[in-house]
Amino acid sequence: MTMLHTINKSPFENNALSSALKHAQKGDAILLIEDGVYGALKGTTASGDIWARRVDLRFYVLSADLSARGLAKGQLIEGLNLIDYAGFVDLVTTHKSSQAWL
Amino acid sequence: MGYMLNGTEFEADEEGYLTDLTVWNPDLALLIAESENLEMNDERWEVVNFLRSYYDEYQVAPAIRVLTKALTKTMGPEKGNNEYLYELFPYGPAKQACKIAGLPKPTGCV
Amino acid sequence: MADAAKTPPAKPAKAAPKKFMYVNRRAPYGTIYALESLEVVLIGAAFDQEVALAFIDDGVFQLTKGQDTKPLGVKNFSPTFRALGDYGVTKLYVEKESLQERGLTIADLQAVTYEDENDGFKEKPSIQVLTRAEMGAIMQKQDVLLNF
Repeated sequence: MTMLHTINKSPFENNALSSALKHAQKGDAILLIEDGVYGALKGTTASGDIWARRVDLRFYVLSADLSARGLAKGQLIEGLNLIDYAGFVDLVTTHKSSQAWL
Repeated sequence: MGYMLNGTEFEADEEGYLTDLTVWNPDLALLIAESENLEMNDERWEVVNFLRSYYDEYQVAPAIRVLTKALTKTMGPEKGNNEYLYELFPYGPAKQACKIAGLPKPTGCV
Repeated sequence: MADAAKTPPAKPAKAAPKKFMYVNRRAPYGTIYALESLEVVLIGAAFDQEVALAFIDDGVFQLTKGQDTKPLGVKNFSPTFRALGDYGVTKLYVEKESLQERGLTIADLQAVTYEDENDGFKEKPSIQVLTRAEMGAIMQKQDVLLNF
């Protein structure tokens, strides 16, 4: 009964990440893609939201979108999982439903 | 395409739906019906008037399923069914009746 | 094998209706999202699925009463929410916290009702105010979620 939430907007552009985190339930997966990967940066005004849910949610970042933006793992909040497109597909198939927060 | 009525042209899209529903009047309805090879009678007016009042209230033309359900409620089951509506408007009640009523083409229906 | 031959092939079961939720997160006129969402709901209603609408974040602004778009020259689609009952869409969930954050209460929203066919066509409210926690829980029960 878990859901995969994908977020494709920067947390500095709109509240997709913040709203997804407010509605996600324990055990859900949060996948940051496209400009959503900016939400994975540590030390930002937005990173506290992810840090606060690091125990009861699982966080993933699409590595292709990270590298395209010149971001490296060392710049990210600790404990996030980097995945490739195959990993993305796995997440979709292993969750009951998914919701794309825009 | 458009409709010429008493020397005034009323703009319509390529399928014959009025582009501005506020210009509609009963004479224009007769003209649009004529272009659909339909003669307006009481039964057809009943449906056209119903569509206009529904649109006026909800800003949307009802889907056929909604139309039949509503007609059943207001006018009885003998009028609230597809057969009756297709008899009046052989090319589809939404397609023809909405056009005559001056409404935009309904989204995703017949 | 002989037994198997006697057993008629199982009839394909009619697919159980899926639970669809349209999650509305944007105000009505600044972008096309709200209108697009409503159009998809109306078209999707023909497919006999279980449909619910959620209004969270700025999406709650879609339901405010007294909208008048004449000066703007665009279509006012707020009355169309009141037609949803005719389309079998009778669940409009509005998030309490999203209302509060925007200084709104349920009294600022238009009334949306439906006639309950299973209860003598009694008129009932379609809008239900849910807490954020309840909204999160109800999302988990959906098969398909579409965010607008």
